[in-house]
Parts: sequence; C-alpha cells; structure tokens
Amino acid sequence: MYNEKVMEVFKNPQHMGEVENYNAIGTVGNEVCGDIMQITMRINDDGIIEDAKFKTFGCAAAVASSSTATGMIIGKTIDEALKVTNKQVVTELEGLPPQKIHCSVLAEDAIRAAIDYYEQNHKKA
Amino acid sequence: MKNIYLDHAATTPLSEKAFEAMKPYFSDMFGNANSQHAYGREGAKGVSEARAKIANAIGAKNGEIYFTASGTEADNWAIKGAALEYREKGKHIITSVIEHPAVYTTCKQLEKYGYEVTYLPVDGEGFVSKDDLEAAIREDTILVSIMFANNEIGTIQPIKELCEVAHRHGVLFHTDAVQATGAIRYDVKDLGVDMLSMSAHKFYGPKGVGVLYLRNGLKMEKLITGGEQERAHRGGTTNTPGVVGMAVALEDALSTLEEDAKYVASLRDRFVQKVLAQIDDIYYNGAKDVSKRLPNNANFSFRYIEGESILFSLDLAGICASSGSACSSASLEPSRTLLSIGVPIGTAHGSIRFSFGKHNTVEEVDYTVDELVKTVRRLREMSPLYKK
Repeated sequence: MYNEKVMEVFKNPQHMGEVENYNAIGTVGNEVCGDIMQITMRINDDGIIEDAKFKTFGCAAAVASSSTATGMIIGKTIDEALKVTNKQVVTELEGLPPQKIHCSVLAEDAIRAAIDYYEQNHKKA
Repeated sequence: MKNIYLDHAATTPLSEKAFEAMKPYFSDMFGNANSQHAYGREGAKGVSEARAKIANAIGAKNGEIYFTASGTEADNWAIKGAALEYREKGKHIITSVIEHPAVYTTCKQLEKYGYEVTYLPVDGEGFVSKDDLEAAIREDTILVSIMFANNEIGTIQPIKELCEVAHRHGVLFHTDAVQATGAIRYDVKDLGVDMLSMSAHKFYGPKGVGVLYLRNGLKMEKLITGGEQERAHRGGTTNTPGVVGMAVALEDALSTLEEDAKYVASLRDRFVQKVLAQIDDIYYNGAKDVSKRLPNNANFSFRYIEGESILFSLDLAGICASSGSACSSASLEPSRTLLSIGVPIGTAHGSIRFSFGKHNTVEEVDYTVDELVKTVRRLREMSPLYKK
C-alpha cells in the first residue's frame, strides 16, 4: 500500500529521538487513534531551528511523515518552519494512501505545537 | 531469502493433492455439473463424490452439505436465511461480540431491517458464557450464531454446551467453523448444531469455495436465488474444481489432523515461550489453556508501539504475519475482539497475530523471534510512550 520512498524512510528514519536541551516540544495525536507524534527542537536566539528530532507511536506513514517533516525544518527559521504544510510532507514522500494523509497533518501539527510551546515559554521571558 | 509465512489463519497454501485432483476439472472435465450429457455427468460425479467426502468428514449426510462460494456466503446464508424463514416467529438473534465480520456485519445489516441482535460479551480469554446465552434468549429469539474458534485469538468455544442451551429453548444454532475446520476434529451430530459454515482455503484447499451444513429437515430460505443447483437451495453454477479440491483437502487434513496439530502447536508454544521470555510489557491474548485454543494461533499486544509498524518491519525481514489492528484499513478502530477481551485501546493498536502451519520449521520460529525482538526494541526507542 505504500510506495518505495515511504518504506525507505520507514526503514531508515532520520532525526529519531529527542534533542538534548530542547527548548521546544510538541506532542500531538492520541493513543486511542493509534498515532502520537512528538517533535523536539533547539531554537537559537536568532530564531533558527538548530536541531529537531521526533518520536512517534504509529503506523509506517506516521513514522515516515515525522521523519520527513523533521528533516524539512532543521536549519530553518521559525517563520519558515511554520510554512511547512502537510502537502509538502506528502510531496516529499512521493504520496501517501488517502487514509494515511492524516499522518502528514499530524506532522504539521507537531511542528506548530512545538513552536507554540517555544513562543509561550521563551518570548515572554 | 524465502519469506516465512505465519499467516495461516488468513489463508493456507493449496495442498499438492488438492491441486492435482482439481486440474482435470479445469480442462478435459469442464462440464457444467447440471448439464444432461456426458460432460455434465462427469462434473456431477465429481461434485457428488466431493459432497460425500465432506459429509463423511464431519459426520453429516450427503444431503446436508451445500456448496457456497465462500465461508462468508455460508455465514450470510445461515443468518439471513434463518432471519427470513422465521420472521413470523420472531426477530431476535443472539451472537457474540467477537464474531468474524461475516457474521457480525450481517447481524448489523439485519438491525437496519427491524431485527434485534444481542451481542454476547466474552471473558478475558474470549469465552462466551452459557449463562449469558441462556439469559439472553427470549420468546422471539430465532437464532443463535456463535463462532467455533476465533480468527484473531484462537479461542475455542464450548459449542456443544452452547448449542444445548439454545435447543433447550427451541432456538436454532449456527456456528461459524471457518477457523476450526481442519484444525479440530468434530462431528456435527455430536455437536448438535443446526447449521455450520466452513471455508476450503483455511485447510489447504482452494479459495472461493465454502460449505454450509444444514441439518436435515431444517427449513431455510435461500440466500442466492437462481437455478436448480444444490438441490434448488443455492443458485449458481457449481465450482466443480473448487469443490473437488475442497473435499480432497479436508480429507487430507483430517487424515493427519492430530499429528499436524501437535506439530503446529509445538512451534506455536516454542514461539510464545521465547517471545514472553525476551520481550516485556506485552499481553498474550486469548485462552491460556492450550486445549481451548487453536493449535496454530498466537496473538500478542506490544505496549507502546503500533501494529502496522511492527507488521511492516517484520515484512521487511521476510516475515508474513497479520496485524490485529485495523489501522491498515481506513478505520482507526482497533480490533473489536481485542477490546472485548479487555485489552486497553492504545495497546490493542499494537497487536500482531502469528498463525503457524504444517510447513513451518523450528528455524523459522527462532528467526522470527530474533527479528521480532529487534523490531520491538527499535520501535520502542522511537515511541514517545516508552520511557525506559
């Protein structure tokens, strides 16, 4: 049901784990639906995402989406990262089955949640 | 590397004997079994011999065996046929929460047409209680349908006892024996059931053939209307090669049932033992008493990880199993069976069924354990839920 690209990313996911001393974390999804995605980032004072990593509980599409989305935001500014859409993640993966599109949406949501966390906790300080 | 097939509950490879027996009916003996000429008689002879073999294998009379195109069709016929035939008596049907979709969704469909269905609960190992059944029977109950053995967790129901309860109240009893046939020796007269469904491809027979056993004298409405096939009970040209293959496969399966079951159970037991020893935070789902569980079945829920990821990881390692979760379909709901036996919903997503067969080897079992251990470790490292 998945294309080769998705299976390749699922087999060898990049950026897996948790960023040391992260200052942004976003966790979305829930266990009941079978998908939980966590993205951690370290964002520097210039607002650039120096590093990002993911942890995912979910299907192959969820793993591939989170790995890909995480790769797409490293080295980007917050504003650039906020422009990453689920459609771009799907394009990067050369397509996902229709019932798995929500996995890419979850990846986009996780990025936004992490940046929200950062902005809530750091901008004010 | 050759793939390791551990999904025998989904389907089995066709036996060599069945294949050989079927071949002539695809070529020289192509006749329609209902035709009134030499080719027809040849086909009819094949069908009649097949019917006799199957009847003999389950203790039925020849006239009680009706060929269908699948186990699903047999289940549909049993339930809808009885529902239509006995609608004047009542519109209440009793089944269980862990039935195969062939029964479950058929009951759901009937609910749309004014039938009431009671879905009996099961205990933590998947057993239906006969007291629950007795309590559910009403004046207007027309049918009880309880599966013989569960397709996901392998639990074998006490069919004879459940059937006795139904009959004590004058209610018909059907059992979906799709997983049980070929794995458990039974006799329909001893069980006492009025109807029983089976499917050829679960016991090394061909796909696309099933049987509904209908007890002699039982009045039943048709499901498939058409010509005069199957003694005017089921229309449609008989799948001659299919029924011939089914009969040979069943005869063959029963001739070595005890030794095959013992061998397959030994592989399963070795697998389960090793997995439980090497992987923590898992549930072994289904009956703990091996005498009440299909010999080929093992079902685990792995905490903190998701079934499809496990399934695909195993597939990449050449291991073919089945996900207990429905995540591979459009639905996000995990297995109804696993939820019914009390597996928490998040954990139910991380379930895998391994079903062994007579061609599997000890080496394959050991390789699978090693790969499974690696897979579970890898996916847990990736999981935000795993905190060790």
